[in-house]
Formats: sequence, C-alpha cells, structure tokens
Amino acid sequence: MSKERMKLKLKVWRQNGPNEKGKIETYKVSDISPDSSFLEMMDILNEQLINEGKEPVEFDHDCREGICGSCSMFINGEAHGPGKRMTTCQLHMRKFNDGDTITIEPWKAKGFPVIKDLMVDRTAFDRIMSAGGFISVNTSGNTQDANAIPINKHDADKAMDAATCIGCGACVATCKNASAMLFVSAKVSQFALLPQGQVEAVERVQNMVKQMDKEGFGNCSNTGACEVECPKGISLENIARMNREYLKSGMG
Amino acid sequence: MSWTKQFFKSSIGRKFGMALSALFLMIFLLQHFAINFTSTFSPEIFNELSHFMGTNPAVQFLLQPVLIFGVLYHFIMGFVLQAQNRAARGSYKYVSYKGSENSSWFSRNMIYTGLVILCFLGLHFYDFWIPEMNYKYIEFNPADTERYYPELVHKFENPIRVSIYVISFVLLAMHLLHGFQSSLQSVGASHPKYSSLIEKLGKGYAILIPAGFIFIALFHHLSHF
Amino acid sequence: MSSKVLDSKIPDGPLAEKWTHHKNNIKLVNPANKRLIDIIIVGTGLAGGSAAATLAELGYNVKAFCYQDSPRRAHSIAAQGGINAAKNYQGDGDSTYRLFYDTVKGGDYRSREANVYRLAEVSTNIIDQCVAQGVPFARDYGGLLDNRSFGGVQVSRTFYAKGQTGQQLLLGCYSAMSRQIGKGKIKMYNRHEMMDIVIVNGKARGIIARNLITGEIERHSAHAVVIASGGYGNVFYLSTNAMGSNTSATWKIHKKGAFFANPCFTQIHPTCNPQHGDQQSKLTLMSESLRNDGRIWVPSRKEDAEAVREGRLKPIDIAEEDRDYYLERKYPSFGNLTPRDVASRAAKERCDAGHGIVNNSTKEGVFLDFASAIVRYGKEEALVKGIHNPADAQIRAFGEEIVEAKYGNLFEMYENITGDSPYKTPMKIYPAVHYTMGGVWVDYNLMTSIPGCYAIGEANFSDHGANRLGASALMQGLADGYFVLPYTIGDYLADDIRTGTIRTDTTEFDEAEKAVKERIEFFVNNKGKHSVDYFHRKLGKIMWNKAGMSRNKEGLQEAIAEIRELREQFRKEVKVPGKADGLNSELEKAGRVADFLELGELFARDALNRNESCGGHFREEHKTDEGEAQRDDKNYAYVSAWEHKGAPGDAALHKEKLVYENIELKTRSYK
Repeated sequence: MSKERMKLKLKVWRQNGPNEKGKIETYKVSDISPDSSFLEMMDILNEQLINEGKEPVEFDHDCREGICGSCSMFINGEAHGPGKRMTTCQLHMRKFNDGDTITIEPWKAKGFPVIKDLMVDRTAFDRIMSAGGFISVNTSGNTQDANAIPINKHDADKAMDAATCIGCGACVATCKNASAMLFVSAKVSQFALLPQGQVEAVERVQNMVKQMDKEGFGNCSNTGACEVECPKGISLENIARMNREYLKSGMG
Repeated sequence: MSWTKQFFKSSIGRKFGMALSALFLMIFLLQHFAINFTSTFSPEIFNELSHFMGTNPAVQFLLQPVLIFGVLYHFIMGFVLQAQNRAARGSYKYVSYKGSENSSWFSRNMIYTGLVILCFLGLHFYDFWIPEMNYKYIEFNPADTERYYPELVHKFENPIRVSIYVISFVLLAMHLLHGFQSSLQSVGASHPKYSSLIEKLGKGYAILIPAGFIFIALFHHLSHF
Repeated sequence: MSSKVLDSKIPDGPLAEKWTHHKNNIKLVNPANKRLIDIIIVGTGLAGGSAAATLAELGYNVKAFCYQDSPRRAHSIAAQGGINAAKNYQGDGDSTYRLFYDTVKGGDYRSREANVYRLAEVSTNIIDQCVAQGVPFARDYGGLLDNRSFGGVQVSRTFYAKGQTGQQLLLGCYSAMSRQIGKGKIKMYNRHEMMDIVIVNGKARGIIARNLITGEIERHSAHAVVIASGGYGNVFYLSTNAMGSNTSATWKIHKKGAFFANPCFTQIHPTCNPQHGDQQSKLTLMSESLRNDGRIWVPSRKEDAEAVREGRLKPIDIAEEDRDYYLERKYPSFGNLTPRDVASRAAKERCDAGHGIVNNSTKEGVFLDFASAIVRYGKEEALVKGIHNPADAQIRAFGEEIVEAKYGNLFEMYENITGDSPYKTPMKIYPAVHYTMGGVWVDYNLMTSIPGCYAIGEANFSDHGANRLGASALMQGLADGYFVLPYTIGDYLADDIRTGTIRTDTTEFDEAEKAVKERIEFFVNNKGKHSVDYFHRKLGKIMWNKAGMSRNKEGLQEAIAEIRELREQFRKEVKVPGKADGLNSELEKAGRVADFLELGELFARDALNRNESCGGHFREEHKTDEGEAQRDDKNYAYVSAWEHKGAPGDAALHKEKLVYENIELKTRSYK
C-alpha cells in the first residue's frame, strides 16, 4: 500500500494474425500504481500507444473479477503470472517492483491459434463441449422434482469443485505438452460424479476425448503443472477419474 | 474402428499403454534386482536363479517376449508422444517459460532420462543379453549352471563400465521419481486416501532399487581388488 | 392516463391462472413447421443461452450471437449469491404468492403484477431443470438441496452453488447450448457484435452483425429477433459489469422503434470495493452475504476520518465509542441487513458529510468490520471446546477459523485486490452500480414494441420494478429463456410458417448495412485526439455524480446538458486507431460508448421526469422528514416507456399504468 508508483519495462508479444510472424516488442510505462490490476496497467500502456499514434495491444478480458475466463496472458513464464490461484485480471501490480521487466506472451498452443497479439482462439474448447459436455435433457417444465434423487454431499461437493473450471486454457498454456486433459477431465468428472450424468457416461467420455485429440492438444505426462497454475485449483484427481471413465467406457 | 484400436490410438489409451509397460518394467526391475542382489552373498543361489530364468520355457518364451515388447513399446511410444507433444506447442515456443514454478525437473525431462536409460540398455544388451542368446540359441552350447556368477563379476572389473552403470542408475532413479506415480495416475489410481501412500512408495522404490543396483556394481567392483 | 400505444397484453382471469390460461390459448407451431423458422438471439447469458437451447430443442433454427469468444463467458457468470425459487423445501411457509409478493414489494411497487406472478410460478421449474442438467447445487448431509436466505425476505428460498451460482447456472445453459450446437440446431456466432436490427414491413427480420475478428459486416435474417444482451450499468463507466457489457443491442432496437422503459431504475450495490484511484477500470462486488456478520461503520469524528484517509490513524486504533455504526443506529430492526438501496444511500450520506475513509479523489468509502464477529464466534467455539477462560489470542484464533470457513474465498479475493487482510483490519467498501432494472419495454409475451422483436433477461424492464431483490436476476433470466419465451414466441411465429427464408438481398438490408458501414468509417477516419476511454470515464463521472445514488432536479438538468456537450465533443475528438477490416477493440468500444452517450441523456431525462423517490431511484426533493424515500403512487404508479424521435432529448414519453389488484401498496419500512 505504501509502495511508490512504478516504472516498468514491458516485453510484449506482438503478432498480427495466426499465420503472421510474431515477435517481442519492448515498451516502457511509468506512474503505475501498485494498487492497479495487471490489466489496468495494460490499459495504461494502450492509452499511451493510442496517444502516440500506434496500435494498442489486443488482449482478451471481460469480467475482470476472475470468473469469466477471458483473460489469458503468459506473464514472466507463467500462465496468469506469478500469483497462484488467480487469473491475470486478479493479479495486482503490488506483486511487482519498480524497475521490473515483465515478459507478456499469449497462450502458445497448436490448439489455440493466435488471433492477434495476446488474443488466442479457444473455440477448440467449445467444440469439445459440443462433442459431449452435456446431459441430454430437454426443457419441458415437467422434469422430475429437483429433490427426487438425493445426492451424497461429498460427491455433490466434488462435482462442484470440478465444475468451477472457467475454461481459460491456462492448463493448456502451462503444460509443457499443451495438453487439454485438465479442462476435459473437469467436465467429465462433474457429470461422472452425479447420478444424472450416468446415462450418457460412455458416449460422453469417448466423444470428448476423441474431439480433444482431434484439436491437436498434446498428451498428458502427469507433470502436474496444470493443477498448480489453474486459477481455480482444479485437481489432478479429475484426470485420473477421466482415465478410469475412459477405460471403463470400453468395457461396459 | 474397434474399441481396442480406437483406445490405443487415443491420447488416454497411449498413456495407458505407457503406464502398463512401465508397471511391467518396474516389476521386472524389482525381480531383476532381487536376483542380482543374491550375488552379493551367495554365488550359488545367484547361479541357480539365473539358470532358472535363463532356461525355464515359461520365462523364456512367455515373459521374455512380453518384456521385449514392453521395452520396445515404452521407448517407441515415448518418442512418438514426445514428438506429438512438441508439435502441440505450435509454431512459437515461449520466450519465457518457468517450468520449475509448477512441476518437478524429473517430470519435465523424462525423455532425456529415458534416452540415457535407452543407451544403457544398449550396453546392457551388448554385455549380457546378446552373449546369452548367442550362447544358448546360436552356438547351442551345453547348459552350464556355474557360468553366471563369474560372467557378472567379470563385467564389473572395468571401472569405466562401472561408472557408466552408476550414472545410468542415477538417471533411472530420476526417471522413476516421476514415472512411478505417473504410471499409477495414468491407469486412474488416484484418491485422496491413498495418493500420499503412492507418493511415498514411489519415492522409496525410485531411490532404493537403483541404489541397490549401484551397490551391487560397486560391491563386485571393489571386491575384485 | 395510460397510453393507447402500449398494450401490455396481460391475459384476463385471476392472477394465479393467467399464465396457464394464456398458454392454453396461444397459437402453436407444429414440429414440422418449426424447421422452417429461423430465430436470431443476441447475447448468450442466462436468458439468451437458455432461450437458444430451448428453442433449438423445440426444432427452430437458432442463430446465436455473442461478442465474447465463447457463450460461456457472458456476464451472468459473475453472479455470486444464488437463485430464488418458491420450492418451500425448508417448510418455512414459502409459496408462489409469497415470492410474488416479496418481489413486488422489494421492487417498491413499480413492476407488473402478472409478469411477477408468472416469474414466481415458473421459478420451481428452473431448479428442477438445472438439477437435471447436472448443475451441482449445494446439498445438505441428507443429500437434498440446501437453501440460504437473502436480504428483504423472511424465508429461505435461495438455491446456491458456493459463491458461484451464476457460473454454474450459465455453464448448465452453455452445456444445453453445446448439445444443440453439436446437432447443428444452433449456429453459434462467437466474437460477433450486433450492429443494427433490420425491419421489413414493420417486422423484425434480421440483424447486421460485425465479425469482430475479420471486421466483416454480415447480414443475418430470421423470422424473429430476440435481444438478450443484458443491462446498461456501464453507462457509469465504473460498475460491477464486465468490461464489454453494453447497451448497443438494446439501444439500436430502441432507435428502430422499441420503447425503452424506466431507464433511470438502477441498482447500486452497497458492498463493492471502493475506487483506488484514477487508473481503476472496474469495481468488484463483495457478496451481500458478508453483511450477515460484518458491521458497517465510519469514524464519528471527521478529524479521525481524515486521519484514516491520510494514513495517520489505523481503523483498529479508533475506540469503540468513536465509531458510528450508522446502519444499526438508523435502522435498529434490520441493522446491517437493510435492503441494497437503503444501505447504499446511507453510506453516501455519511461520506457526503465528510466521514469517508478511502484515500481517493472522492474520499468515499466505509468500513465493513468483522472484528466483533471474530470475537463472538471465537468465544462460542472456545465454549464448545470446553475452554472457559480463553486468552484473547485464543479467541481470535478460533474466531478467525470460523470466519474463514464462512467467507474464506471472499476474504482471499479482497486481499488479492487490496493487499489488506480483512482478518486484521476492516474491509473498505463502497456502493457501486450493479444492475439495471430498467430496459426495453416488453408486453406480457416479452415482445417489444417492434413486432417480432423480443427482449429477455436484464435487457427488458419487466419484473423488478424500481429495485431488484438479491438472487432474483438469475431467476428472471432463466424463467424468460427456459419457460416463457419458448411459449410466447410461438404465438407470433405461427403466422410465419409459410413465409419461407427471409432474403437478405433487399433494400432494407442494403440500407441497414450502409448505415452501419458509414458509422464505422466515421470512427476510423475521425482524426481526434482522445481515446474512447477518455470520454467513457467523463460520462461515468457525470452519471455517477448527477444521476447516481441520489438525484435532484438541478443536477439532472446539468447532467443532460453536459452529456449533450460531451457527445458533441466525442464526435469531434474521438480517436480510434487501427482499421475497420480486422480485429480492433478500440473500434468496438467506440460504438458502444457512442450508444452510452445517448442512453445517458435519456436516463437523466427519465430520472428528471420521475418526481418521486422509489427503490433505487432517489430524488432528494422527495423524502420523508427522516430522509427516507417517498413514493408518489397517485402520480407515478406507471412505467415510463420512451419512444425514440430522432434524438434522446426528443424522445416521447408513454405511460403504462400499473394496476395492483392483488397487492396493497404500502410504504417500505426497515426501522
């Protein structure tokens, strides 16, 4: 709180499109309040670039409170930067010091082509969801009563923990193999833990894994990096559960 | 496509294959160690066990092919997956990437520790397996139940070979430090109740078994003088 | 008094039977014919997402648009607390009628009875539907659904999923949408922004959209257009809304004939993070649940407040007798749990009087203190553990443990933002713009005044009157999308089964596209000198200072003049770098801020017109002797619906009289 305003050197990845050449550009910003969020610092950089007649740095962001999953920056070698259990928008400048150099890159993965600068295309996740990330129930107004099937609290809580995934893609970004297993397993687990999800369990896991592989994500080698960098702390247990579900799906 | 085919073409299936072959190799390594260890206190038992392993048809024609398949699958698939994983990063690598912030060195460098182990296996085959096959199936030499111990002791006379042996087993320990837990995770064995037990067991195995092999090598090397 | 132009189409019959009766009497479209009908949905939050999924399940061809990179990121995702439903699982006397009554009363008697009753009626279906979809609501140890209670009601009817209820409900919707996207029944247009609506022969027949990646201007046709683009809280620049939340879709249809209702009804949430300085881009809500245990106060002496602001005095060093727990003092029976509008105004009143404690340009902020809760819980826990003479440190440790179990994630979030630990020092909070009750005027069928154009969720004005109760926004969004619109839209579309695909190569589409392109060209060619944010921040300041938590005639008149002036300056001086044919977020922002600059004026005009105080709308001229809001039911029990006439200043006012047949109008009291 008592820290003085900061001067920073920013090394930012600039790339005009998915097939264009990308490179690091260096900018300087000053008068940054330690109470500002990282994205507010980026706003200041952009305002500065606009005033200099240059094109601002494009990046995804929306809710700025850590829940929509839009923001996606690889800061100083880590997904969502140095803070743990937080998204880029929740990262504040007091984590940095006056005079620091900060490297800012987009998620880099074949499954997430760069759209522009720090903005990437994560629709691969949507396609994986369309392949099976749902329970097939139509809206009718006469679905059975919500309390008709009691669900063990322990399982309900675990399903909730898996369901908190915000789909930001930090798992893919941080994984040395660019694997999407944590994302996919979180959805598979959520439904595997609930009675409502049992009916389609076989098709779900098979179809989602098939789509995941098709999107060009890498293979899981259990380094555990995804769990550490996940802003929501989604557990590796979910990957083990998906492995079991997948194995089981072929036996039933 | 049949399910089995689809399974082993999928990312999870391949990891499962890696894990199964790894688990088999770890069991093999354990028995290999147990037999070798007898050489430090009883050449007779060692000879007897070696002879059994070398001549029993079940071991020779059932387990040995499985072992060879396991080794080959583990290495080939290891390279295939590594190539896929590298390609999955896309056209640009990160300018700054701090892997140490979120994962162990061992887990990120399995390919390198694995490569060293592969080289060692080459040497090992050259030292033992090829002469063994030659002895039994090409030259059709008569069974000699006493030859195993002297062959072993002889190999550990050369200090260079012993050094290579020691270094390889240190790298094997590194490989196992991630590999043990990783293989169990891949087959779906993870639960808050027993995950910490698996972790401890994995560390114990990864350190004790290679250390034991190193001990055997040094023991014979030093007792040679 | 009530205008002829506005036909709310409320069905006849007793309140409790209206919806059933209506459903039984409206026209249907048979399944084979649904395949011949296209529907455009703009926005994929709870309302748009649930409508898209349900309409696609029914067999319509749905085209859904969102500006985000995925429908899963719509701002419904940020709702924390919960969703209301009259399930009466707790057996505490809840019923459809009670939920209806609480909602109308909470809205300070400025909403439509029939709509609210229907909302309460379908609320129970929502919970059933969501559970069937796999939404992991909180459960008790018996495996049944758990409830919590929220402000302004006397029953426990709020269903929740940790502090992420909105996220779970939206992901449920998104799952249902994903299923239809996979089947090809929904064509999803991510990163697309609606630029205008296209009207053919008086009916909504399509939209012009911009592909935000390529910059391409696209024509999309349909037999009906549904606007589910959320609220316009970002007219204040700083709000708890997402950065991209905007009024453009609702404003564009307003300019093409849809009436805009009650634009001045805005909810200001009392517990948000205060501004830290001029670099701030948004405000973060701290859940209302914190007020269950936190005590709100400011220093009694102005000197102390000043010393706190300057960092010379720590809040914990201020003696108990020098603190003013103003909510407990003014509203002894509800204390810290007064409704949102009341708590927000009280905070503003104290800060205006010079007691604010945050060191920013406005010196606004109050404390939300957990020290006494920590001690209280600590003592209880010590007793439970059989310790009868606990040391102070022990009490604190026990207390902090209990508080962490209840609010740990919120405290962590606060500490991330501010760098202060709420266990050690009181939280600093201040009210912030959170939700807009006002919106596009719709009839009982949720159709706007443009035939074939519907508005659902926060985008419409329908259910919350002048103030929304906690946990009701999610309920309304899903009620509209899952259970209301899918029925009512059929009544309109039944006449369109022979129309065939709407052509996009017509003059109407040509003209709409041309206008959109001209507007974009204007921005990229305008060689101004200030960024878009520069103007947005200025607009926000005007709105907050003159049309914010409390309003008066002079201030509103000034606001109108200042906004007009700012709009003019914006036209001349805005600078948008980059090109039109490609990704350009500054261009996107420019379009949105241009619309806010128009809406802001209508907002202020509406506030000026409403010479009463009700719910979130507080006119300083209309208060009781004790400073509380004073409604004028005789003259203002109406919905103000504004018709566009070329400029916001020329908009014509239509009044829909609100008739209360089932509820007696009373003055709200929380003393």
